[in-house]
Amino acid sequence: MKVELDINRERHTVDVEPRLSLLDCLRDKLLLTGAHAGCEHGVCGACTVLVDGAAVRSCLMFAVQADGVAITTIEGLSPGPGELSPLQDAFCETHGMQCGYCTPAMILAAHALLSKNTSPTREEIVDAISGNICRCTGYAQIVEAIALAAERIRGQNDPVRP
Amino acid sequence: MKPAAFEYSRPADIDEACALLAADDGARVIAGGQTLGPLMAMRLARPSRLIDIARIPGLAFVRDEGKEIVVGATTRQHVVENDPLVRAKLPLLAKVMPFVGHTATRARGTVGGSLVNGDPAAEIVLVAVTLGAILVWRDGGESQSIAASDFFLGPMVTALPLTACLAEARFPVWPEPRVGVGFHEINARQSDFAFVSAAAQIALDADGCCTRAAIGIGAATAVPLRLDAVADALKGQRFDEARVRELAKAALAGIEAMADLHASAEYRKRVAVTMAVRAIADAYQDAARRP
Repeated sequence: MKVELDINRERHTVDVEPRLSLLDCLRDKLLLTGAHAGCEHGVCGACTVLVDGAAVRSCLMFAVQADGVAITTIEGLSPGPGELSPLQDAFCETHGMQCGYCTPAMILAAHALLSKNTSPTREEIVDAISGNICRCTGYAQIVEAIALAAERIRGQNDPVRP
Repeated sequence: MKPAAFEYSRPADIDEACALLAADDGARVIAGGQTLGPLMAMRLARPSRLIDIARIPGLAFVRDEGKEIVVGATTRQHVVENDPLVRAKLPLLAKVMPFVGHTATRARGTVGGSLVNGDPAAEIVLVAVTLGAILVWRDGGESQSIAASDFFLGPMVTALPLTACLAEARFPVWPEPRVGVGFHEINARQSDFAFVSAAAQIALDADGCCTRAAIGIGAATAVPLRLDAVADALKGQRFDEARVRELAKAALAGIEAMADLHASAEYRKRVAVTMAVRAIADAYQDAARRP
């Protein structure tokens, strides 16, 4: 089946088998390998992407269902070549990662939160990433990174664009 | 973790979806796919055809019909979670929505999908049974209504005919001015499947006495349980924890609780009493705050 995908504001026409997940389509057909394959059945959250601005699990969506919706992957988050988004910057600065496997998904889940709420409480941050599993860090520095990014975004007076 | 091959259809309306179901025994409806997706990935489900109803016009809505709030089958869970009408008129549904899966699954998962999936631990299923919602499906070009208490038959088993597709769920609105709600669940980690959950909705008169109550227990038994005996006994009463505990204990004494690796039947029975008491206490307190 042919589907029209809008990924990081670029249109792609892809020929897919209906059973191909959005995750596998991104990774194998479009070589966007920032969305990671973890459990592939909706538990670990490593495959999180944004669909119309909301964090969703790309392993629990077939590419055929994504026809015409706006998809943002980690590759689409930086404002320009060689630059980092405030969240990406904050993750580097607070060492919000060790192996990095969960990181793109953590950043996108946090991005979805901060695009609606630039003053989240710790509870709201924890809730926003509660569907994302990290097996290295113990989450403390991830939460710290998101809080730092939120603080900077508030300071910029320039809300995160969805 | 790759699903088996299937055909994919996107019908224009719900009757066409039913016709596709009738034409293929192995066909299944998909809306959000947040339960069907994992089942297919593990090949516990191998549908020959997926019928995608998510884009059918007019199936995703929250509508005020006075005595009822009607929720369309393909309404996304995160839409209901943030809907002002649901917050104002269906406080119990609004209360449980943050407990339904995670943010990322609520963005895709639908209210109708959760209902037809019939998981006894599902919060939306518990609210439908507790409040006595009416579910409406289409089958062979006709609509049919059924009470939630008759719809859920067992774990993941419902009365929905194989050729039918759920259209909407009609939740009754309580007109009393002082209505309060409470919800508690216990699980291994936040937003994981509940071992036991309890929901309560209570209306109070000006003196703080209960005029109407609805109480439900989820995840403990094969289908959510309404504690009507407890609800009736609360009428005319102020909150009295010891008495509520006795009532809940008596109502739950004879239930056939489920058991699994995580929670034994005895544990579920014991915890159900505590969850019920907490939910009822919260509902009283919530109602008492209203003028």
